[in-house]
Amino acid sequence: MEDIENTILEYVIDEYLEDEDDEIGPNSPLISSGIVDSFSMVSLKTFLERKYNISIPDDKATPEAFDTVNRIADVVRSFIS
Amino acid sequence: MAYSEKARNFYQGELRDIKEGGLFKEERFIQSPQSAEIKVEYPSGAQPMDVINMCANNYLGLSSHPEVIKASHQGLDDRGFGMSSVRFICGTQDIHRTLEDKLTKFLETEDTILFASCMDANAGVFEAVFNDQDVLIADRLVHASIVDGMRLCKALNESYKHSNMEHLEKKLQTYQDARFRCIVTDGVFSMDGDTAKLDEICDLAEKYDALVFVDDSHATGFLGKRGKGTHELKGVLGRIDIITTTLGKALGGASGGCVSGRKEIVEMCRQRARPYLFSNAMPPVVVAASNKVMDLIMGSTERRDKLENNTKFWRKSLLEAGFDIKDGDTPIVPIMLYNAKLSQDMSRDLYQEGIYAIGFFFPVVPKGQARIRTQISAGHDINHLERALEAFIKVGKKYNILGKTKDEIIEMYGL
Ligand SMILES: Cc1ncc(COP(=O)(O)O)c(C=O)c1O
Repeated sequence: MEDIENTILEYVIDEYLEDEDDEIGPNSPLISSGIVDSFSMVSLKTFLERKYNISIPDDKATPEAFDTVNRIADVVRSFIS
Repeated sequence: MAYSEKARNFYQGELRDIKEGGLFKEERFIQSPQSAEIKVEYPSGAQPMDVINMCANNYLGLSSHPEVIKASHQGLDDRGFGMSSVRFICGTQDIHRTLEDKLTKFLETEDTILFASCMDANAGVFEAVFNDQDVLIADRLVHASIVDGMRLCKALNESYKHSNMEHLEKKLQTYQDARFRCIVTDGVFSMDGDTAKLDEICDLAEKYDALVFVDDSHATGFLGKRGKGTHELKGVLGRIDIITTTLGKALGGASGGCVSGRKEIVEMCRQRARPYLFSNAMPPVVVAASNKVMDLIMGSTERRDKLENNTKFWRKSLLEAGFDIKDGDTPIVPIMLYNAKLSQDMSRDLYQEGIYAIGFFFPVVPKGQARIRTQISAGHDINHLERALEAFIKVGKKYNILGKTKDEIIEMYGL
């Protein structure tokens, strides 16, 4: 797994999981499974924007595009380059 | 007519999906005043049944109190039926201002502004006070009306894990560069019946220079020794900058809400809050009755004391009977069942036993956390609660959940 994926996964675990025992991976659904809801998703977007010094427009931060760590990493990459 | 077949088919499909998802809500028609015992027609067209109401927000039993009814009759005679105006044109009577002053005195704040509902108060206050230089940091379980209000405001919408003070502190640290930070929470969380840690929240707010917002809809009138709310219970009277609350629950239960707090913030709402500026004034009947409600609760703690005793009795009895309930000291007492269908089945059986209590499941509560939520009232007498307990035990036995742990219930019924 690459750096960006790792960073995001770590953040998601820290930010959203209530139970230490819950396990998630880079392909676990986050939004469709209810782990992250559209209200709390804002903190993820803000984290990414601050961390990578990018600006993600709302129409790119859709629940579909943000549903797994891998997909989120793709979004981030598309703005870094 | 532009309501095309395409539109009709689309909405029929949506409604079918809601039904198939088991999320279709149906109203039950109550043929009596709101009270501990009500007459309910359910399903629609069925023979009405007399049932004990275990799911109203009528915490103080004031919804149909004779003195409140009398005051509303008097209000109708003295000040008429409707205002036909927003507050700032010609919709403010002396009794509106009296009610705002009584709420200010009771809540121990600096000033108060009425709204048509607490939903409106929450929808209007953030946008009136904060802008894109600010950050709102909300508990993740705040009420939907707060989420909507935050979304209408240009401030950054942040959140912290439910009642997790370390997480909140981290967020406050992250946003030290914002103009204003505001911590946003419910006083009592309506699905779990737990209270916000307002003492710790106020300390963090001081340490990191943040304002504190509390929606005390499920606490005003009865929490704390004089019933002022969660801020009294947690010893932080005078330290909450913005309180919103409703007149639609404990305080007579008709309608109305308010923003109460720092006087500049309340004044900003009078100047800028859109639901205040663009929606009709509260009707005189409701204002007159609400003034009476405030006199009753400021004159005596008898009703909140009875509610506290009822709550203790109910919580203790359920625990002794072997139910798995959420800890807390509020009159919201959730009985945990975890499985959505089990919560529906038990609610239906309870109804047949003459007990009206509703099952809640995803998406109203998180997945795998289905429950029957009971709400205690000062309108209940111990014999109501004893009859309810008997029915709960009977139904609990039928489903074999008494004395069972969370894991055992999940083992039997799944999530
Ligand atoms: C915490 C909370 N805030 C606000 C509201 C809305 O209050 P009102 O009915 O006055 O709009 C409710 C009612 O459901 C609530 O539970």
